[in-house]
Amino acid sequence: MRKLIVSPAPHVHGNESTRKIMLDVIIALAPSMLVAVYFFGLSAIMLLAVSVAACVGLEYLIQKYMFKKQPTVSDLSAVVTGVLIALNLPPTAPWWIAVIGAVMAIGVIKMTFGGLGHNIFNPAIVARVFLLISFPVIMTDWTIPTSWFRPGVDAVTGATPLALINEGLAQGQTVEQILAQHDLSYGQMLFARVGGSAGEASALALIIGFIYLLVRRVIRPHIPVTIILTVAVMTGIFWLIDPTRYTDPLFNILTGGLLLGSIFMATDYVTSPMATKGMVIYGIGIGVITVLIRYFGAYPEGVSFAILIMNSIVPLLNKYIKPARFGKEVKHA
Amino acid sequence: MGTTFIFTVVVLSVLGLLLAVVLFLVAKKFRVEEDPLIDEIEATMPGANCGGCGFAGCRAFAEACVKSRSLDGKFCPVGGNAVMQKVSAKLGVAMEEKAPMVAVVRCNGTCANRARTTQYDGSSSCRIMNTLYGGDTACRYGCLGCGDCEKACQFGAIKVNPETLIPEVDEDRCTACGACVKACPKGIIELRNKGPKNRRVYVSCMNQDKGGIARKACTAACIGCRKCEKTCPFGAITVENNLAYIDFNKCKICRKCVAECPTGAIHAVNFPPKPAAAPAAPTAAPAAETPKE
Amino acid sequence: MRRTFSMGGVHPNDCKISADSAIEIFPLPQRMYISMSQHLGAPAKPLVQRGDKVKTGQMIGASAGFISANIHSSVSGTVAAVEPYADLAGNPVMHVVIDVEGDEWEESIDRTPDTVREITLGPAEIIKRIADCGIVGMGGASFPTHVKLSPPPGKKAEFLIINGAECEPYLTSDYRLMVEHPEEVLLGARIMMKALGVTKGYIGIEDNKPAAIEAMRKLTSSAYTEIEVVPLKKKYPQGGEKQLIDAVTGRKVPSMGLPIDTGVVVQNVGTSFAVYEAVQKNKPLFEGVMTITGRCLPAQHNFLVRTGTTFDRILEHVGGVPQNVAKIISGGPMMGKAVSNLSAATVKSSSSLLLLTEDQTLRRAESECIRCGKCVQACPMGLEPYLLNKLSRAGRMEDLEDHKVYDCIECGCCMFTCPANIPLLDYIRTGKADVMRIMRSRPKK
Repeated sequence: MRKLIVSPAPHVHGNESTRKIMLDVIIALAPSMLVAVYFFGLSAIMLLAVSVAACVGLEYLIQKYMFKKQPTVSDLSAVVTGVLIALNLPPTAPWWIAVIGAVMAIGVIKMTFGGLGHNIFNPAIVARVFLLISFPVIMTDWTIPTSWFRPGVDAVTGATPLALINEGLAQGQTVEQILAQHDLSYGQMLFARVGGSAGEASALALIIGFIYLLVRRVIRPHIPVTIILTVAVMTGIFWLIDPTRYTDPLFNILTGGLLLGSIFMATDYVTSPMATKGMVIYGIGIGVITVLIRYFGAYPEGVSFAILIMNSIVPLLNKYIKPARFGKEVKHA
Repeated sequence: MGTTFIFTVVVLSVLGLLLAVVLFLVAKKFRVEEDPLIDEIEATMPGANCGGCGFAGCRAFAEACVKSRSLDGKFCPVGGNAVMQKVSAKLGVAMEEKAPMVAVVRCNGTCANRARTTQYDGSSSCRIMNTLYGGDTACRYGCLGCGDCEKACQFGAIKVNPETLIPEVDEDRCTACGACVKACPKGIIELRNKGPKNRRVYVSCMNQDKGGIARKACTAACIGCRKCEKTCPFGAITVENNLAYIDFNKCKICRKCVAECPTGAIHAVNFPPKPAAAPAAPTAAPAAETPKE
Repeated sequence: MRRTFSMGGVHPNDCKISADSAIEIFPLPQRMYISMSQHLGAPAKPLVQRGDKVKTGQMIGASAGFISANIHSSVSGTVAAVEPYADLAGNPVMHVVIDVEGDEWEESIDRTPDTVREITLGPAEIIKRIADCGIVGMGGASFPTHVKLSPPPGKKAEFLIINGAECEPYLTSDYRLMVEHPEEVLLGARIMMKALGVTKGYIGIEDNKPAAIEAMRKLTSSAYTEIEVVPLKKKYPQGGEKQLIDAVTGRKVPSMGLPIDTGVVVQNVGTSFAVYEAVQKNKPLFEGVMTITGRCLPAQHNFLVRTGTTFDRILEHVGGVPQNVAKIISGGPMMGKAVSNLSAATVKSSSSLLLLTEDQTLRRAESECIRCGKCVQACPMGLEPYLLNKLSRAGRMEDLEDHKVYDCIECGCCMFTCPANIPLLDYIRTGKADVMRIMRSRPKK
């Protein structure tokens, strides 16, 4: 008699896999990668390659020789981390910065906690913050994409719009004066003509990736939408109070990696809440902390810190914010 | 500057003093009077917290002993008589000596003896497999091989042999805590008398099907033929529901039944090898006399 | 906007490849194995002995308690044995084995093809007839129908919902009944409404069955106006009682509650048809429509099969088991049972035999949970499967109870959707069983 397979129900599977999800995230990041390569040319390609290779290689080595188990790099999660690290670096950053970022992200944050699924913090965010604090000069030496047709050849180095604003305000200028002085317009921010990390260069590319993730049902819109709405509402209030001291909402949304952070890093499965209500609280928290850091903190940019801080309370959110259950509780014996 | 400094020191000192008083009062008010004997007895316990005694852990056992001032029905299988003697001395009450026990796996359904009839594709858990169906062989009484016993054992004393898919007990490590007995959904594992020089005889089968069906499912099954029952000079063997059972309190380990069993379902362990079988190491062959563990 | 249930659910490919195969009458086998435990509750007591002659439709097993059901012979012939026989999982269950001789029916059964529309029996008589005829829920749980039609004191039914969702992929037996016997199904519903004393009925049908919706609408617009056809947006597990009530009425059965707590009684299409036959034709439940399907089979079938036919016999009739078949499932792919013993026989609620190949069904290696929360989103009961799985593996019963493991309907959505292939339901199911046992053992207040 042939041997039949026996197992408990269900007997079919929806064909989703970790690998497919990660591949979708990589595809969603493709527009941003292409924009980065287009503007910054070889240096962007080099950063992407080094960062991905370092992340994947490190994960492989640690799993194989320290954990002594079958490496799971084929799930592509390390590739996603690598791409995100590269997109968070200034395009002019030296290659070893990417390696240090990878060591921090994979070696320290992901693997010490037990690998994929166990890390408390988003590895790419930690890498970015770690590098920002450790190498402030390199990490804030942003390149302004000068031309659509001369990728990275004679790029002008400068500061990010948010840093320019912070500097200007410190010198007693008004927001309007600063914007005019540095020739900053929304069109430029949307289509990548402002200084910033490789991934922040084009808001449009990030939004295309966001739409792709939504269509493929990889992420749900709750976290990015609440972050952006919170930032818009909070900055809107400040801006209405004093437009000379505070930047307007649209400016805040389009700059400083808010889109990159909220779409690709705050939504990281492992470090974001499971229940819808928890997601909303998490999103609001990131938005509020971002605005507070931007307006009142020492750093011009707050998204990374905000995500990091909110990452740390995700276990609490998962514990106390439960999904809506079906049907009311009735008293029973 | 000076005033700030003094002010800080004063405030902190007063605050510390106040809190210390509060702590002192609270500790006094909510102090739990405990018999120091509990701590003493707990210290003599093995500290495995295995629950083999029937209490939640060693502390719970110690509390129960002190509370009832009696050792009736209380025995620590891990510590054995040695520990119980100490407890009995501390408490000043009599204890009951118990013969050391060991876990015995009563299934002979190795891969060689018992063919797989289906392929199980569920979670590797005997319990889940057991709720689903009779098992992946034609014997629905036998070991499922997913190792729930191994997972339950906190002493590393029972391990599923990857070749036979039957668990094997490490007698030196086994404390007879009974965790595996509870974990096995088929009730195959039994705590049996360790026996003189660890020698014992038992029926390594739980199959209650009629002889023909049992034999078809597993070549080493007990077929309930009653030969052993007739042979036993001590009346230690009973056959019920087509299955023989050896009462270890009556068994004198004469091994007459072992030779009589037509399927080799009766195992005798830790006897010196017969002159013919020279190698000292037990082999994996399912012959009747071969030590199984 | 088509209605559906409010939370969770998944969208498996519906694979209704046997939808266009009309119901064929399955030939009588030579030997029948009729189980005495075809329903939820106490097994029936056998009424016959070896050597007795029985007729088709004769009662051979008597209900043994309030939650139990009568069993009737599905063939005429001689009782060959009354003995334990292995069921589809290989566990011995008391069976009456009958050697088939001819097909002589009990005279009391109306075998004419006419549709009897006039309902002459009163509510109490209807319930008694349903109990006498051994009708059980055909949706899978096999709960005795007469018990469901007798609400406990203090509870009052307001609606009857006929479950035509058939949300399990592959299954088409209910669909064929709705298309081929729509009036009988609606008459069955009308009879049950009379028994319950309700004036409003619904029949919920998923929108992947437009022919069934149309067939039903044709009748409900003219003769059966008290019954409303509710087309539902295709989503699994729409056919779950709680989900169907939510989809059709928007009412939510409370946690630990029963459908009757919302004033609703749900009955399956197959049950409704059986009720019609029992009450109007005096025919006990001894046969049912079964889908025999699988992409590896050369042809797809819907058979009217007598209860007690062995799976072997059915598979032989459709040309044997193809070589590449790896798993045979009794029921649907989401909640059905894998068959380990092909010599087992069908029971009243057997709805299908589904043949899957290895690549369709073999589980993939489990990897680490990536905490994506897809299981939480897919759970139609709003539970947290990832957490329940962990708690169950750790044996934390109090925490499992706090997280309402007892509300799990074991639909399998969590496991279906899990990208890490974690066998969530395997462990949740055992954890639920443990928690339910602990809860039952507690003294009632």
